[in-house]
Amino acid sequence: MNVDKQTYKKYVASRAPASPLVKDMFLAFVTGGAICAFAEGLYNFYLFIKIEEETVRTLVPVTIVFLASLSTGLGVFDSLAKFAGAGTLVPITGFSNAVISPALDDKSEGLVMGVGAKMFTISGPVIVYGVISSVIYGVIYWLMGVLL
Amino acid sequence: MSVIRLENAPSIIGYAAVVGRRESEGPLSDDFDMHDSKEKFGMDTWEKAESEMQRVALNLALAKAKLTGKELGAIFAGDLMNQCIGSSYAAECSHRPFFGLYGACSTFAEGSVLGSLLVERGVFAKCAVLASSHFCTAERQFRYPLEYGGQRTPTSQRTATAAGAFILSAEGEGPYVREVLPGTIVDMGITDINNMGAAMAPAAYDTLTKYFEETGKKPEDFDLIVTGDLGKEGHGIICDFMKNAGYDMSRVYNDCGLMLYSTQTQDMHAGGSGCGCSAAVMAGHIMKRFEKGSLRDMLYIATGALMSPASLQQGRSIPGIAHLVRISAERSGE
Amino acid sequence: MSLLWDMVKAFLVGGAICAVVQIFIDKTALTPARILVCLVTLGVVLGAIGVYKPFIDFAGCGASVPLTGFGATLAEGVRKAVDERGLIGALTGGLAGSAGGIAAAIFFGYFFALVFRSKPRD
Repeated sequence: MNVDKQTYKKYVASRAPASPLVKDMFLAFVTGGAICAFAEGLYNFYLFIKIEEETVRTLVPVTIVFLASLSTGLGVFDSLAKFAGAGTLVPITGFSNAVISPALDDKSEGLVMGVGAKMFTISGPVIVYGVISSVIYGVIYWLMGVLL
Repeated sequence: MSVIRLENAPSIIGYAAVVGRRESEGPLSDDFDMHDSKEKFGMDTWEKAESEMQRVALNLALAKAKLTGKELGAIFAGDLMNQCIGSSYAAECSHRPFFGLYGACSTFAEGSVLGSLLVERGVFAKCAVLASSHFCTAERQFRYPLEYGGQRTPTSQRTATAAGAFILSAEGEGPYVREVLPGTIVDMGITDINNMGAAMAPAAYDTLTKYFEETGKKPEDFDLIVTGDLGKEGHGIICDFMKNAGYDMSRVYNDCGLMLYSTQTQDMHAGGSGCGCSAAVMAGHIMKRFEKGSLRDMLYIATGALMSPASLQQGRSIPGIAHLVRISAERSGE
Repeated sequence: MSLLWDMVKAFLVGGAICAVVQIFIDKTALTPARILVCLVTLGVVLGAIGVYKPFIDFAGCGASVPLTGFGATLAEGVRKAVDERGLIGALTGGLAGSAGGIAAAIFFGYFFALVFRSKPRD
């Protein structure tokens, strides 16, 4: 081909159809918003049936995780996520789906090295970086308390 | 490397295509020999399903050629799975000399090049060429788990669940493999796995222009030119570049990735891909057209994107390759 | 009435976070895993500098359910633990604060993985 790599890359980028950003953003807004609003309703419902607020704070994400895992198992989650994009990825539903989907897939490789190990191929980094950054914050916070 | 003419052109005496559900719902549905709408082919894992699909394709092709497996000199087969297990297990019970190939989506042409050369040179009287891909095994290996919720970019291609088989023979009524041109690796620096058409198009351009330059032929000398699976993006790119080089392919050119699915009714983004895509289109649709006589002389250029999950994660660009096979109803002449 | 308003706030804020992240998905080559990592780290940082708590007080689940909220929970857990137990709290606090969500994802993930089979997606 009588073009150099840079020119070719630019040409490819210029002709590739872009993702429909406005439509994608709208769908992400609606589904993500709906999940959060549902969680808020759940939060108020748990409070209404006289569950302690401290417990409710854990119970709400646990319920959402349960529903996301169930819908992934039923094969519904991916069909929804195809349209929702960030709408299902960003809420804790995305984390939950990232945990169960490789587990479900790699059942054929056994319960230990399949389900047990592969469960964290996508979600593992989230826990790793979350914990690392929180430990760093904890040390800084402690130092500030000692020094100031 | 130059075009290799096969004077005693081997004949394609048997062919079969086996596909999954979405392929059987596409525009070519009538041309496939068999499909399984559950895509498991009676097996309990996707990997076993792909092997079974390939094995069924081989047996159907043998049956059409009125042969038994024992009469094959060798089997040339490939797929997308690690260490080519799809093909190894498929060929296991045939007890024939076996060559496992990896050429990504170009595998079927790679096998056809090797198989027809060895048959023509008298090494084997008959041999089988096989290729398969399965959406579920490819997705697990190259992308995300099946139930993982994500969005595909518009340039991405779907790995076809499909297998195709050719039986090549020194004797036969045709169609014949008249010429082959093995491809060289061409890497234009594309790193996006969701735009494999752009990564493979330069290789197809390289092989096609070499062929036309060397033989002095023009695109309109053929009834049809098909690329393996460049998809919508690659199709557009190669048309552009060929036009700039002075070859107008618009009237005779199509792409297997675009033929396999309906871009209107099936949500397949830029079309199909995978070893099985062009294998099933060739061994299903194209061979049926030769049978009917609506096709006399054609070029098949299967393209492959030769990356691995590790090379992608290391940020390396995708090497492309394209092998050319000329298939004709006539055994000799121009 | 206040329930409805709470839900509207959660809808608008949660939806807005998702819509902003969608821009990154469409316009950059970031993989979903990288986006999740960025979100959780951002959440820890925002939680650490004390911005996220008032945000949750305003938007409720609209701020706590997105993954940034998960990060903020980690930060809050660490702060509490350091206050109570000193430096060792930096190690124990984060996971303790978010233990429910993580354990639920692992348990339900494992359980449903045993019950269901994966299917080819469209």
